[in-house]
Amino acid sequence: MPRFLRPLWESVRDLLPIFLVIGFFQLLVLRQPLPNFGRLVVGILFVVAGLTLFVRGLQMGLFPLGEAMAYAFARKGSMWWLLAFSFALGFGTTVAEPALVAVAGEAAKVAANGGVIAATSQAQAGYALGLRITVAVSVGVALVLGVIRILKGWPVQYLIAGGYAGVVIMTLFAPPQIIGIAYDSGGVTTSTITVPLVAALGIGLASSIKGRNPMTDGFGLIAFASLTPMIFVMGYGMLM
Amino acid sequence: MGHLILIFHTLLSTLRDVLPIVAVIFVFQLGVLRQPIPNPKRMLIGFGYVIVGLALFLIGLEEALFPLGRLMAQQLTAPSFVYGAAMPTTMVASWHHYFWVYLFAAAIGFSTTVAEPALLAVAIKAREVSGGAISVWGLRTAVALGVAIGIALGAFRIVTGTPLQYYIITGYLIVIVQTLFAPRLIVPLAYDSGGVTTSTVTVPLVTALGLGLASTVPGRSPLLDGFGLIAFASLFPIMTVLGYAQLSQWRAKRARRAQPE
Repeated sequence: MPRFLRPLWESVRDLLPIFLVIGFFQLLVLRQPLPNFGRLVVGILFVVAGLTLFVRGLQMGLFPLGEAMAYAFARKGSMWWLLAFSFALGFGTTVAEPALVAVAGEAAKVAANGGVIAATSQAQAGYALGLRITVAVSVGVALVLGVIRILKGWPVQYLIAGGYAGVVIMTLFAPPQIIGIAYDSGGVTTSTITVPLVAALGIGLASSIKGRNPMTDGFGLIAFASLTPMIFVMGYGMLM
Repeated sequence: MGHLILIFHTLLSTLRDVLPIVAVIFVFQLGVLRQPIPNPKRMLIGFGYVIVGLALFLIGLEEALFPLGRLMAQQLTAPSFVYGAAMPTTMVASWHHYFWVYLFAAAIGFSTTVAEPALLAVAIKAREVSGGAISVWGLRTAVALGVAIGIALGAFRIVTGTPLQYYIITGYLIVIVQTLFAPRLIVPLAYDSGGVTTSTVTVPLVTALGLGLASTVPGRSPLLDGFGLIAFASLFPIMTVLGYAQLSQWRAKRARRAQPE
């Protein structure tokens, strides 16, 4: 197979299940014809080309850069700058995340319906912005905690179990209408560009520090980033 | 013309999403580490590929797959499809009528997770770090199975209207018990795979399904019951990845025991 066709074929293979599922349900279960067939084909071509370029770009740009920075920080030996970098990375990538903007808007509607805040658009916008900053701070804190864990070599499961306990305790006290949003906000914070960079950072750090294993110590940063927002958002719901 | 404007807008918004990351990297690389960017030309091309690739990917999804997915979620949850001709006069939802919805939820969860670029990135890293012991496809299949189970169960929760926290807290307990018995090496990766499953592809489709269900099932409110599917989708992959590791460990042990001395 020619060299440039191989990544393209891999993208097609990755996307094939979606096409099969949609085809099966549309044609056999709902028994409806596919609407706008031409548009669908163009869209599929875009998706395939886009995924191919994205993966190629990751391996050329984001992965090596994340690892190079992790090595440079480890060599420099300044923990404070490393932690400041982790916080900035977590906060900066989350505050503008489109999925989070959408979830925060929905949450403001829920709060207004429940009578927690005034039903004006101004109060809702303020609530949504506060929520976004809360989640962004919590992701920043998560990366700082995660990096400290890698530096100290603590086992990940103790911290995660502690975090779960935090979520359970907060659930008992948080207003019921915020719980669903809080749980969901954990999942939406980690974007497609953040994940590769954070993974490369963790693995780069773990492999540049003596006595750390990239497999046991390098992974785990993303797990923290999806756990802390739940706790922080429930806290926000209790305070507001 | 409309297409060109759309492409331009998507490129611009992708650029805006990437900008904070680039700013953080530049400030720290040049200001704190005081080092030139290694291999700047290659890095720049790589970033260009990521941005253009992501923009094309999003346009394709927005143009073709999302409208269809949303339409299907609506049609599958419509009372006329769920109950057929015999629409019940009593407005009580019975969960077993929603068979196709659960199946659709599982299928769409599985297939979108396999296509998720963030998961692919982590799977590539895991293969590199584990020296090939964790295959890209093994991890992706395990995670996708978890998302499938999670979203199907989440759909069941919306139909029955049971509180979200009972499911999630039970899930945490199972994860903690599994952690005690799972091979050490897999634990951090398993925890990570919970967070990476839900990004670009999965969230919009799954949200549409949740809101569609909550607004058509009698007695559910979209604002209160529509949320929570994403939480299921980020919890269950942890269990399946841990389970996958336990299974392969157990099989390796059994194979060793079966060998004659």
